[in-house]
Amino acid sequence: MRRLAAAFRLATLGVALLAATGCTGEREPRPLTVVGWGGSSQEAHRRAYWDSFTRRTGVRLQEDSWHGGVGVIRTKVLGGDTSWDVVQVETEDLILGCEEGLFEPIEWAALSGRDAFIPAAVHDCGVGAMLWSYLIGWDGDRIAGPGPRSWADFWDVRRFPGRRGMRRTPKYTLEFALMADGVPPAEVYEVLRTPAGVDRAFRKLEELKPNIVWWSSISQVPDLLGSGEVAMSVTSPGRLIVANRSEGRNFRVSWDGNIYAVDYWVVLSNSPRKAEAAQLLRHMTAPENQMRLPRFIPTGLTSRRAGELIDPRLRLDTPSDPRNMTNALELDASFWVEYGDQLTQRFNAWVSH
Amino acid sequence: MPGSPTERAGAARRDWWPFALVAPLILFLAAGFLIPVLMMLSRGVTDHELASAWPETAQALRGWDGAGLPDETVVPILAAEIVGARKAGHLNLVANRLNYDRVGSRSLVYRTADALEGGAPARSFADLARIDPRWSEAGQWASMRQAAGPLTSFYLLASLDRRLSPQGAVERVEAEQAVFVDILLRTFKISAVVALLCALLGYPVAYLLATLPPRLANPLLILVLLPFWTSALVRTTAWVVLLQSEGVLNGFLIGAGLIEAPLPLIYNRLGVYIAMTHVLLPFLVLPLYGVMKGISPVEMRAASSLGAGPVAAFLKIYLPQTLPGLAAGMIIVFTLALGYYITPALVGGGADQMVSGSIAFYTNQTLNWGMAAALSLLLLLPLGLMLFAGRYLARTVPA
Repeated sequence: MRRLAAAFRLATLGVALLAATGCTGEREPRPLTVVGWGGSSQEAHRRAYWDSFTRRTGVRLQEDSWHGGVGVIRTKVLGGDTSWDVVQVETEDLILGCEEGLFEPIEWAALSGRDAFIPAAVHDCGVGAMLWSYLIGWDGDRIAGPGPRSWADFWDVRRFPGRRGMRRTPKYTLEFALMADGVPPAEVYEVLRTPAGVDRAFRKLEELKPNIVWWSSISQVPDLLGSGEVAMSVTSPGRLIVANRSEGRNFRVSWDGNIYAVDYWVVLSNSPRKAEAAQLLRHMTAPENQMRLPRFIPTGLTSRRAGELIDPRLRLDTPSDPRNMTNALELDASFWVEYGDQLTQRFNAWVSH
Repeated sequence: MPGSPTERAGAARRDWWPFALVAPLILFLAAGFLIPVLMMLSRGVTDHELASAWPETAQALRGWDGAGLPDETVVPILAAEIVGARKAGHLNLVANRLNYDRVGSRSLVYRTADALEGGAPARSFADLARIDPRWSEAGQWASMRQAAGPLTSFYLLASLDRRLSPQGAVERVEAEQAVFVDILLRTFKISAVVALLCALLGYPVAYLLATLPPRLANPLLILVLLPFWTSALVRTTAWVVLLQSEGVLNGFLIGAGLIEAPLPLIYNRLGVYIAMTHVLLPFLVLPLYGVMKGISPVEMRAASSLGAGPVAAFLKIYLPQTLPGLAAGMIIVFTLALGYYITPALVGGGADQMVSGSIAFYTNQTLNWGMAAALSLLLLLPLGLMLFAGRYLARTVPA
């Protein structure tokens, strides 16, 4: 009984201590808070930008991470929670949040103007953080020679026998099907906005359907390719490049017809520290800082000048390198905001039969 | 039978006590499980987005009979509430809700909000049609009327690949959009097959465990339990390694000259059956083992001394006594299997996805909780029937 009482006293003390620290934390102004995707991408941002930002400006930073979804931000802003300042968001969340007034408009003049960035990185409410893409990957040890060069090759199971890995979502998949059917990248969404275009994409997918292995997580792709389960797969290049560097694999990619999208930095409209947030955006988009990012993560850059300054050995693997973007298609997030529900339903029905 | 009043009072006290003792548990279950689940499920049959963002518009739409266009007085009300909801930050809720039913409604609402804030007049249908011609379509208004709540059949009908026509009749959705009936039937079929496979594989194992001396039975029991202590993801990935076309099994079969081309063992229905049966097998073996332990070996000896052959003795004496354990095990396996979606996602093909996958998709990705709740409700109803069937089965079997 006495032991129980002692344990109880200890517990009370602990709670009191926690409450005390919580209270003092509230009173002091909190550090500027930046929110990323966690994992290796957050690690890369820390090493490329955040450490040097605090060193140079003396502004203390605090990190948080999240998994996206505009609902999280909506709850914070409308609920009066002001704990986040700068957040990395996907295009769909950028569009939705901007429409709803959750983000602060970007002052482009302070970031050396809209022309300093690739067009996809410029939005009223956000500035591009990094650029990533989906394209064709294969194992160079299994397919000799130049390998597939286009989506038509991806569909050509006679020239390149074997199964194909694709992500089990209509997003990207329908676009790839139209490109395989001969639609130039620039016209893909125009076609997809018509019912006949959607039918055309599904007809083209139907051709390849018996040979498709659907994956649900990008982490399955190196295994699917490496084990020969599929001859080629839709993939993001980063995973394969990392496997080449760290495991000595011979994975290869074809940039022709790749679909790319940009992640953005936004400042929440209820941030109490907008001036420092703007300072951080300047730091993260400055070419001399951004050019360091590919050293830590194989990703594309949004600042034109940073793309020129990049280490030439890394340049070939960078999605934003002009050579890799010649026949590329920018993901149309507003299309998917509008048609996502309906096309996902149709896609799931199609995949099920 | 209690006779005197004091005895009856004593019995009442004894009845009351156990309830008092489990009351904390019942309260905990009610607050932590029952009420949240019911609140979530209620989203499948209620429609509150439009009514909470545009209360007066909802009122006006409910008073309209649904034929043609509503009374023109609704237009200025709607216009004022679109602007008001945007300022209050609620416009996205109703825009998303309308988009579930009619694709394009989302951009229609936002485009209209932009125009109204820019000073466009909105006193008549003609004014609205100048902002966007879709406002003059009767279907648009009928869809808004159906969303005005408070109760709705929209989500439940959509979960059965049905919808209400603008005239209010139930009709099928286009064949290319129909997906849930297939997925629901498939979910029940996969779960039933897995329960059957577990019974076929688990029955001999449970029998072996129950009849071996403890010295041998205990290590075997640990082997049965071992999969419990491994993460489901690891187990599933292990099956990928074994079953893929250049995997262990195919490699062995090709090496032994038994087959020439690798067998398709994974990324199809077979892979789902194999992986799910493996994961769920212990849930059948354990209850069955418990029941078999309770059957005295003397009975089988008595049966054979009375002239029954081994088969007759098993069928007449042993099997009927194990049926409650078998039924319990199969119901547990079936019930758990209904909720699987990660395993089918990793080792199944496109035609092997189960309804929980759709529920997770609507819950986590599109935040369409109405659909998630309606699908959960559909999954819950047959489950209730199943449990009743289990109780009935257990009661009819001689103990």
